[in-house]
Amino acid sequence: MEASMEQKFQEKIDNDIRIEPKDWMPEKYRKTLIRQISQHAHSEIVGMLPEGNWITRAPNLRRKVALLAKVQDEAGHGLYLYSACETLGIERTELIDQLHTGKAKYSSIFNYPTLTWADMGTIGWLVDGAAIMNQVPLCRCSYGPYARAMVRVCKEESFHQRQGYELLLTLSKGTPEQKEMLQESVNRWWWPALMMFGPNDADSPHTAQSMAWKIKRFTNDELRQRFVDMCVEQAEILGVSLPDPDLKWNEERGHYDFGEINWDEFWNVVRGNGPCNKDRINTRVKAHENGQWVRDAASAYAKKQSEKKSVSVA
Amino acid sequence: MDKQVHKFILQLADNELILGHRISEWCGHGPALEQDIALTNIALDHVGQARLFYQLAAEMEGNGKTEDDYPYKRLETSFYNVQLVEHENIDFGYTIVRSFFYDHFYYFLLDQLTKSKHTALANIAKSAIKEVKYHLRYSSEWMRRLGDGTEESHRRVQQAVHDLYPYTGEMFLPSTADEHMKEAYGIDCASIKEQWLTAVKEILHEATLELPDGSWFHKGGKEGVHTEKLGYILTELQYIQRAYPNMQW
Repeated sequence: MEASMEQKFQEKIDNDIRIEPKDWMPEKYRKTLIRQISQHAHSEIVGMLPEGNWITRAPNLRRKVALLAKVQDEAGHGLYLYSACETLGIERTELIDQLHTGKAKYSSIFNYPTLTWADMGTIGWLVDGAAIMNQVPLCRCSYGPYARAMVRVCKEESFHQRQGYELLLTLSKGTPEQKEMLQESVNRWWWPALMMFGPNDADSPHTAQSMAWKIKRFTNDELRQRFVDMCVEQAEILGVSLPDPDLKWNEERGHYDFGEINWDEFWNVVRGNGPCNKDRINTRVKAHENGQWVRDAASAYAKKQSEKKSVSVA
Repeated sequence: MDKQVHKFILQLADNELILGHRISEWCGHGPALEQDIALTNIALDHVGQARLFYQLAAEMEGNGKTEDDYPYKRLETSFYNVQLVEHENIDFGYTIVRSFFYDHFYYFLLDQLTKSKHTALANIAKSAIKEVKYHLRYSSEWMRRLGDGTEESHRRVQQAVHDLYPYTGEMFLPSTADEHMKEAYGIDCASIKEQWLTAVKEILHEATLELPDGSWFHKGGKEGVHTEKLGYILTELQYIQRAYPNMQW
C-alpha cells in the first residue's frame, strides 16, 4: 500500500505535478520540507537583526525609508513562509520554539556582524544575491505552497539586491573614505556569502534525495559557481577586489576558479561559535518574552469580546 | 520666506521624524510578527510624512537646501518637536500610549490643515490624514486590548498613561509659529484640546483606563528645549553625517 502510494507520489513529481497540502506525501518528504521551510522562515526573521541595526543610523532619509521597507519585507517573507510551513501540519509557535531552543537552524550568514554602513549595501549585493541564486529554483519546487510563496519572495529579493548594489555604487563614486569602507565590507562578506550555498556536493547528504523530490533543482556547487561567475563582473564595475588570490578565469571550464572555502569556520559558525550566534538568539528570545504580556492581553481581550457577543446573542 | 510658517512646518516634520525614529526601533523586536510588520509600517508612514514636510521647508528656504539638511545637520536646540514623541519604548504599552496621545492630536490638526488656504500644506495634509486614520485606529484598538486585557496589561498601560499624560499639554500650547498660523491661516492648535480630550477619554473609558488628575504639563519642545532623550536620538540619527561630513550616500 505504502509502496504504491510512494510510487504514485514519485510519478507526480516526475511529471512536474505540484504536491498540495492535502495530498498524500512520504513522511520524510514532509519532514524535509518542514526543516527547510522553517529554516528559511527563521533566516528571514533573524536576518532582520543585522540590518535593523542600521535603521536608526542610516545616512539620509531616502536610505532610512528604503532600509525600513526592506527589513519589513523580510518580516513579511517570514510570515508567508511560516504559513507555508503550517500547511504541513505544524504550528508557528512550535517552529519559533525550535528556533529559540536551538533545535532549528537559520542561515549562518546572519551570525556575522554589520559593522559599517557599507554592510547594508554588501548584504544586498552578496547576501541577497546568493539567496536569490538559491531561491529562484525554489519557485519550481514540487511543494505548491512553498513554490508560490517563493515567487513573491524572489521578486522582492531581487529588488533588494539591486537596491544594495546601487548603495555600493554610490560609495564607489564617493570619497576615498567611502571607497575604503566599501572595500573593507566586501572583504568581510565575500567568503561568508560563498558559504551560503552550503557544503560541497560530496559532503551534502540530503542533496540527492531533495533533487529526486524536486525540492532542490541544482547542487550547492553548481549554484556557488554561478554566483562567483556573476559577482566577478559586478565587482569590476564597483572597482573593488574580491579577497581571493586564486580567483581566475578558467578558459577550459568556461568558469572562474576560486579558492578553498574555510570549512572549519563554516562548521564552527553552524555549531554556534560565530561572532553573533548568541546575540541573535538572545535578541529573538528577549523580543518573544517581552511580547508575552502583549499577546496574552490580546487573547484575553478577544475572549472577553466573544463572550460579550455570545451573551448579547443569547 | 515666511519664517514663522517655515518653523511651523519644521514642528510638524520634527514630530513625525522623531516619532517615526522611535517606532522604527521596534523593527525586529516586536511582540509578534504581525505587530512587528504593523509598527514598521507606521514608522515608515511617519518618516515618509516627515520627508514631505522637510522637502516643503527646503523648497521655501531655497539656497540648495535639501530634506536631509534639517534632520541631519541641526543641533538639539533647533529641533521643534514636542517632548512627548522623544520618549523611549519602555515597553509596548508606552509605545502605544505615546502614539495614541499623539495620533489624536495630529489627526485633528491635519483635519484643520486640509481646509487651510496654504495650498502646499493642505495638499500634504490631505494625503497624510489617510495614513493617520489608520494609525489612530491601530493605537486606539491596542489601548482597548491592553487596558481591558489582563491584569498585567492593564497595570502597565495605566502606568504609561500616567507617565506620558503630562507631556500632552504642550501639543495645544501655541508657540510663536502656532500663533502666526492661527492669525494667517486659521490653524489653531489650542482649539484642538477639547476635541482631543473628548476622543481620548471615550476610548480610555472603553479601555477601563483613567487619565491622571493634575494640570501640570511639561513644555519647551516647540521652542527647542527638549528632554535629555533627544540628544541620544540625534547622536544615532546623525552619526554618519557627523563622522563623514559632506558626502553623498
